[in-house]
Amino acid sequence: MIPVFIGATLLIFLMVNVMGDPIAGLCGDKQCDPATAAQLKKEFGLDKPVWQQYLTYMGNVFTGDFGTAFNGQKVTDLMSTAFPVTIRLTIVAILFEIVIGISLGVVTGLKRGRPVDTTVLLLTLVVISVPTFVTGLLLQLLLGVEWGWIKPSVSTEATFGELIVPGLVLASVSLAYVTRLTRTSIAENRRSDYVRTAVAKGLPRRRVIIRHLLRNSLIPVVTFIGTDIGALMGGAIVTERIFNIHGVGFQLYQGILRQNTQTVVGFVTVLVLVFLVANLLVDLLYAVLDPRIRYA
Amino acid sequence: MPEQPNDPELAIAGTGMGGPMDLATSEAATLDKTPGPDGGGPQDRPRSLWSDAWRDLRRNPVFIISALVILFLVVISIWPSLIASGNPLKCNLSKAQEGSQPGHPFGYDGQGCDVYTRTVYGARTSVTVGVLATLGVSLLGSVLGGLAGFFSGVWDSVLSRITDIFFAIPVVLGGLVLLSVVTSNTVWPVIGFMVLLGWPQISRIARGSVITAKQNDYVQAARALGASNSRLLLRHIAPNAVAPVIVVATIALGTYISLEATLSYLGVGLKPPTVSWGIDISSASTYVRNAPHALLWPSGALAITVLAFIMLGDAVRDALDPKLR
Amino acid sequence: MLLEVRDLHVEFRTRDGVAKAVNGVNYGVDAGETLAVLGESGSGKSVTAQAVMGILDMPPGKITGGEILFQGKDLLKLKEEERRKVRGAEMAMIFQDALSSLNPVLSVGDQLGEMFTVHRGMSRKDARTKAIELMDRVRIPAAKERVRQFPHQFSGGMRQRIMIAMALALEPALIIADEPTTALDVTVQAQVMDLLAELQRELRMGLILITHDLGVVADVADRIAVMYAGRIVEQAPVHDIYKAPAHPYTKGLLESIPRLDQKGQELYAIKGLPPNLMNIPPGCAFNPRCPMAQDVCRTDVPPLHEVDDQRVSACHFWRECLNG
Repeated sequence: MIPVFIGATLLIFLMVNVMGDPIAGLCGDKQCDPATAAQLKKEFGLDKPVWQQYLTYMGNVFTGDFGTAFNGQKVTDLMSTAFPVTIRLTIVAILFEIVIGISLGVVTGLKRGRPVDTTVLLLTLVVISVPTFVTGLLLQLLLGVEWGWIKPSVSTEATFGELIVPGLVLASVSLAYVTRLTRTSIAENRRSDYVRTAVAKGLPRRRVIIRHLLRNSLIPVVTFIGTDIGALMGGAIVTERIFNIHGVGFQLYQGILRQNTQTVVGFVTVLVLVFLVANLLVDLLYAVLDPRIRYA
Repeated sequence: MPEQPNDPELAIAGTGMGGPMDLATSEAATLDKTPGPDGGGPQDRPRSLWSDAWRDLRRNPVFIISALVILFLVVISIWPSLIASGNPLKCNLSKAQEGSQPGHPFGYDGQGCDVYTRTVYGARTSVTVGVLATLGVSLLGSVLGGLAGFFSGVWDSVLSRITDIFFAIPVVLGGLVLLSVVTSNTVWPVIGFMVLLGWPQISRIARGSVITAKQNDYVQAARALGASNSRLLLRHIAPNAVAPVIVVATIALGTYISLEATLSYLGVGLKPPTVSWGIDISSASTYVRNAPHALLWPSGALAITVLAFIMLGDAVRDALDPKLR
Repeated sequence: MLLEVRDLHVEFRTRDGVAKAVNGVNYGVDAGETLAVLGESGSGKSVTAQAVMGILDMPPGKITGGEILFQGKDLLKLKEEERRKVRGAEMAMIFQDALSSLNPVLSVGDQLGEMFTVHRGMSRKDARTKAIELMDRVRIPAAKERVRQFPHQFSGGMRQRIMIAMALALEPALIIADEPTTALDVTVQAQVMDLLAELQRELRMGLILITHDLGVVADVADRIAVMYAGRIVEQAPVHDIYKAPAHPYTKGLLESIPRLDQKGQELYAIKGLPPNLMNIPPGCAFNPRCPMAQDVCRTDVPPLHEVDDQRVSACHFWRECLNG
């Protein structure tokens, strides 16, 4: 996990610092004059070799210092306003995955081969195929502009209520994926010997499904949803842009367009960290859910 | 071997590619791990596997429809003038945002360009990017992953670490960072980026299926009979390991098209004057209240194209893996 | 009769056609009696048992005819909810592979206790106590500690004891054991079988023992029903069958057991393959493999002939067979 963290952050660090010109954003649209450029480079430590810059940066990060954006704002300040918004958005998305995705997966898994299964399965393919930004724009057009059910763009408070539709858009692809995964898992376990045993024990159908079938089938689904947390937060760029949500994706997008190195590297570092921590938690959760792993 | 800790479903989930990329990997993982009807892997009987699959596919309406759609897309990508006589770059500002009218069934966009013509020409860009990116990713990924799976050892460990690192970076984010500094307005930077970030996905699949194929008895037998490494790889392992890669590559092709449009929508993918659905959708979204048609047509075309490739891959996977039916 | 299966027919409808798995089976078992059902895989012995238990996968399975009388009631006429109350409580089943038949993510205590909470409405605490009692009863050492463990933490023999404990939990009148020892080590097989037989005697349960192992049968069974292609071809008290089979298929089965006194001789094997259930041969289903087959066997389905008041055979030439 630590090598992955170092590798991923270094990769981003290199991309931003080597591919781009870290001080280009400072002088506005004009080219910086060489003297100012040199001065600025020295000020930000950019005259040193990249590996040294990276080490200094990571050293600072571990003391909670993510540096300062070129406009003088502390990156941590940006984070403290942006992350709560994106976390709320992610929570909404995860709730959709759990409630809709798992329910649809259970229904289709139990009714495998029936019309409802085929229909939902086809729908999931459609949802997966339509790019998120298209889904988002269409929902915004329909619900926000044509029917007026929601405000087309989210206010700066970004309350849970406002985030319902954006959360659904963000969740859409994962939701389809959760449905398919649950369906496969349910359909596979439904024919398993222990479910047959549960039926032979004379347990009511509900109990067979919930306690025996679901408990086993949801192990891969729960772990998927867990790992998806990181992916959702990193993938929120598109959704946040469509609905004008001032979260992590918005800050990143602005940072990249304005070549604001500190903001970009800082946010990406935290996102990678979230992704890795989520993965670690999922591994632990997996052991809790599956005793075969726990006592292996 | 630095394995993912637990079951394959989880390993897929850890891709972090976010979005559609995950589907392809997961589907292939099921393909990879599910034994065929005879208890062996689906690679056990290559010839009858493929001919069985083909027999199933010919009877599958989903396959036929998606194959026809793809055929149509390929044809109009090569000869767009077959169905669109206009020039996608010839626009008439005075007609901006006008709706459907005779000769211009899809109306005009914000610059007064004919939406129909641009939608038709957009197919060429999407198909080109999708096909080239998939070819690049498949080649690089299969070679790296296949060799890692075959030789194991240090090379395999290093490769697995590298793929882990790539999976930790969200794709769209990586695209934004890398492509935002590119000024070229050709398709090559976008394709290059996709190959750079996409290969670990295929390499993981290729590695897995090579390891499965390697353990087959007849491969062990060939090895015992003194077959050379290159002969083993090319004659015995590759033909049996290729099925999951093909399935993932087909589905991935759809997702690359979708990714290109997403990047173009974010303003870092393709740039005008290239005709791309992503660019058109992006600009149409700014005046969607006045001219929703300029948003809907390219969106629809994009959705159908991606859907066709994903459904094709899905159908092929089902045909190759009868147990999942 | 505790259980009586009358003229049962079961089909499986699949994409490739209709498989006739059970074609008119009749058998019965009394309280305290052990009936061994013998046959190759695909002979319909497990499907019949699943139909009796009511755990047949429907679809693709379908019961197309017959009656299953249990304690005088036709189970096939019961509503699913009434049927469920019979399952587990009045009749229970022991499966072949205990590892896959036990739920991997629930402790054995939970799985045993569930019988009492669901059927008897006991509290979880009382059910746990009952579970420990049951584990003691099937002689699992340190039951108090092990009740919290999961199936994969037990050895194969111990797991099968847990399956047995689960089946016996509510002291049902009938137990169906589907190849209960096949998956076990040879050394453990006898222990588990003895335990099962002992508990059966103690509780005076009817036992249907499905197996293809004639060695097991000789020790514990009272009567044997031999199945072939979804039909009973011979049913008789165990000693009669071993003395002189009245059906060529039974004869073939008996002759294919390796015997110490015939060491060095070639093992007998019934030639050919079991029939395709989608395309059962006309006449006697066994005719293509039968060394005694005549023209009549290829055209007429043999009825069940009464060999004596205890014994039936579905062979046109049962007399010839009986006499060697």
